[in-house]
Amino acid sequence: MIEFLKRLFRQQSSSATAKERLRLVLMTDHLELAPEMIEKMKHDLVDLISRYVEVDRERIDVTFERQDATLAMLANIPILSVNRPNGNGAHKERPEPVAEPRPAEAVASLAPPAQADSKPRVRKRKRRKKASSTRSSSPSPA
Amino acid sequence: MHQLQDEGQIVNGGAAGERKDAESKSAKLGRAIVLTSGKGGVGKTTTTANLGTALASRGASVVMIDADVGLRNLDIVLGLESRVKHHLLDVLEERVSVDDALVPGKHGERLFLLAAAQSREKDEVDTPKMQALVASLRERFDYVLIDSPAGIELGFKNAVVGADEAIVVCTPEVAAVRDVDRVVGLLGNRFRPQLIINRLRPQLVRKGKMLSVEDVNAILRLPLLGVIADEPEIIVTTNRGEPLALRATTPTGAAYHAIAARVAGEDVAVPMPPVAKASIFERLGSIFGGKRR
Repeated sequence: MIEFLKRLFRQQSSSATAKERLRLVLMTDHLELAPEMIEKMKHDLVDLISRYVEVDRERIDVTFERQDATLAMLANIPILSVNRPNGNGAHKERPEPVAEPRPAEAVASLAPPAQADSKPRVRKRKRRKKASSTRSSSPSPA
Repeated sequence: MHQLQDEGQIVNGGAAGERKDAESKSAKLGRAIVLTSGKGGVGKTTTTANLGTALASRGASVVMIDADVGLRNLDIVLGLESRVKHHLLDVLEERVSVDDALVPGKHGERLFLLAAAQSREKDEVDTPKMQALVASLRERFDYVLIDSPAGIELGFKNAVVGADEAIVVCTPEVAAVRDVDRVVGLLGNRFRPQLIINRLRPQLVRKGKMLSVEDVNAILRLPLLGVIADEPEIIVTTNRGEPLALRATTPTGAAYHAIAARVAGEDVAVPMPPVAKASIFERLGSIFGGKRR
């Protein structure tokens, strides 16, 4: 918001604009050139989230979107079930779907995996503010 | 017959190729440096010509290979166009010996040019033979400078295949920086790329109208070899076919010599182009009673 007002009242120097465009375009380039990195990130992301909720690994969708001054990562992760709030299921590598045997209280999973389409979804938004011109993301030698 | 062996990056060193005329000479190997940029028109050829000239004036033996097959230019910049009799493909295809094709420079005997073929195409270059040629030239010269064509296709790969170091030439523009970033990614660490920023206009940088050296290198993060200002005298010297590095007393000529010194391993500072208070025309104008152009 402040950024917006600043831009409204003060014309940015063209070199600053160039810098900004360059930063964004390179982030996009590096992502495009590193599909295996995105795959790995997706995997790690899912592993992390799976410690808390069970997600549908097959239908995870990670995209990147340019939004004026930033690059945003959008992750669409369908949730299959949520662990009980007492935290028993946390830090499990892969929680069993639906009914878990141990605690007796029937805090059933939110929905059976069969109707995965109507699942609640985790929508993750990560904003990348700082330029991260890591060359490691471009296809360099092993 | 496009044979892009591997898409991602340039693997080098496998196919040794046949070494023709170089069994007897051993001693130390010269350095093979490719000058590249991805984007065209940033001054690779001018930089090659000037770096070669500056290195030769330091006493090194230098051969410059124009790898821009089909768009031969290095001979023009060096003022040697009328002396070119044979070209790179004549040598690679064994119609003439390397020595018959090497054109001596106009100044001093240590500088040679191997011109590109003008009437041929880049994909006609045999990659292993190119690699073998560079390897054989390294046994005879202190420096083998390879002027790469623009692009990242086969022409680039052929230019890079024999080199063991890279100098990337970049202008302070978004497109040029992006392309250099891509090229550096393709080169990988093996070539230890170093950066020359070309066509910098200090006045514009000061006014915030051009990316600065720091801006460019905050993104590329490469060892900075030198900064060359966008000087009218470069155009003038290119018109004449006399590289500016021949005039070491001019600021830009001196900048090329500093680059050569750094390439040679001397620990000299990178001279930054001075910010003139007023342009030469403005100053002339005020001297001659306001006769402005």
